[in-house]
Amino acid sequence: MNETVPNPAPPLQAVDYRLKGYHLEAMVAPDQVVPAARAMDEQGFSLDTITGVDWLAQEQMEVVYDYFHPARGLRTVVRARIPRDQPEIPTISGVFPGANWHERETHDFFGIRFLEHPDLSPFLLPEDADFHPLRKDYTA
Amino acid sequence: MVGAPIAPHPAAIAPKETFVLNLGPQHPATHGVLRIKMTMDGEYVDRAEPVCGYIHRMHEKMGENRTYAQFLPNTGRIDYLSAMHYTHAFVSVVERAAGIQVPPRAEFIRVITSELNRISSHLVWWGAFLLDLGGFTPLLYAFEDRERILDLLEGITGARLTYCYYRFGGLCNDVDDTFLEGTRQFIAKMRPRLKMYRALVTDNIILRKRLIGIGPISAELCRRYGATGPVLRGSGVTYDVRKAEPYSVYPELEFDVPTFPEGDSMARYLVRMEELAQSLRIIEQALGKLPSGPVMAEKVPRVLKLPAGDFCFAVEAARGRFMVRVVSDNKEVPYRVKLRTPCLSNLSLFEEASRGLFLADALALLGSLDLVIPDIDR
Repeated sequence: MNETVPNPAPPLQAVDYRLKGYHLEAMVAPDQVVPAARAMDEQGFSLDTITGVDWLAQEQMEVVYDYFHPARGLRTVVRARIPRDQPEIPTISGVFPGANWHERETHDFFGIRFLEHPDLSPFLLPEDADFHPLRKDYTA
Repeated sequence: MVGAPIAPHPAAIAPKETFVLNLGPQHPATHGVLRIKMTMDGEYVDRAEPVCGYIHRMHEKMGENRTYAQFLPNTGRIDYLSAMHYTHAFVSVVERAAGIQVPPRAEFIRVITSELNRISSHLVWWGAFLLDLGGFTPLLYAFEDRERILDLLEGITGARLTYCYYRFGGLCNDVDDTFLEGTRQFIAKMRPRLKMYRALVTDNIILRKRLIGIGPISAELCRRYGATGPVLRGSGVTYDVRKAEPYSVYPELEFDVPTFPEGDSMARYLVRMEELAQSLRIIEQALGKLPSGPVMAEKVPRVLKLPAGDFCFAVEAARGRFMVRVVSDNKEVPYRVKLRTPCLSNLSLFEEASRGLFLADALALLGSLDLVIPDIDR
């Protein structure tokens, strides 16, 4: 979050678009998602969506950030893995305000806490919801 | 006393007093169950906070406990006015992952039916938007024209709204001559109707005063919130998934991406009106180029298992970019299905864009976003 630290370029890897539907991807450390978002912002990308994947067997949660470029048609994916028993990751809503709702939704569905998020109250689930239905061990 | 400052009226120096106005969850201007908590400063919107989730159905969880084929009908029920585009994205992501080649005839028919669906969707928006603005009659014209499309699509798909016509590898059945002839007739009838729409509504001075300069949204605001579709194109950005990430047979067809740089509600209105003409142009070309041949790929496994990994596919739906992200662990049932819907991102900028507007103008802005609430709530 320190403004003086220059943005480290995320280690983007080229992907075959025809097979995957995106051009570049990067796996970053959880504390690098904000610099990665800032790098995307500086390049003129727009936030497509944010979501989670529950990897129960590996005891991890994956947070996936999709970006698209409104002028160049490029698609990038930034991922981070966090421990399932402490699913916390910094919010990127300070970089892309549109991330606010996507992160709220991901918190609803997976219980992933986005640190310093302005409001993690339930977005799509009922206002008193204390369950996270997309966790693989969730039973209704 | 000459030259002494005149004391301001007490009302002018009173501290700002706001009140909360609850809009919805059921309100004519919200088109479905959307609630907006509005903090008002008199007639001005101080803060408009959308409250979502009233028709949340958890499509993404449903995607995790049924096969790809069983989930397909769900995708026509997210944005129920744009079912063709959504099923198109889902069949295409599966085809991409499984390496299924779709016969050209099937892709041309997909484009024809998708563009018909875009027209019918825009017609609903047009009628409903004008209803929001206080004009009742245009809705009746719009629904008369839309009815022709619904009849055409019902003839080949069996459904009037929640189409499930596309299949992994092609279509569930071929089109017949009744449909092809009917679509040609529809194009011929629709073009003069667009002129009439222009004379009746678009050039109307009351409409123009309600929309020009109202609810401006800059291209930068769209980018920061991920807004797409006519909202983004109404801010002057030539972004259309059909051009940016070309799919199906769109690269073989000529069409323009209408943009208007003003960013106001009128610009978004004009984008959609232009798109009606462009969709007719696409359908006409696709009908002319329609090849003969099968409408289903030869080898589509009955039990579909996608290779492990994640796969994305985006389409240009009537309201903007719809993207499906499927995560597979090589089983019959997806590990994860993420549905990125345009209306969620388009609505998310409303709080910032509506600040300081008159309530009536905020509703014009809301209508110009063309929201379908189940698309947000999923």
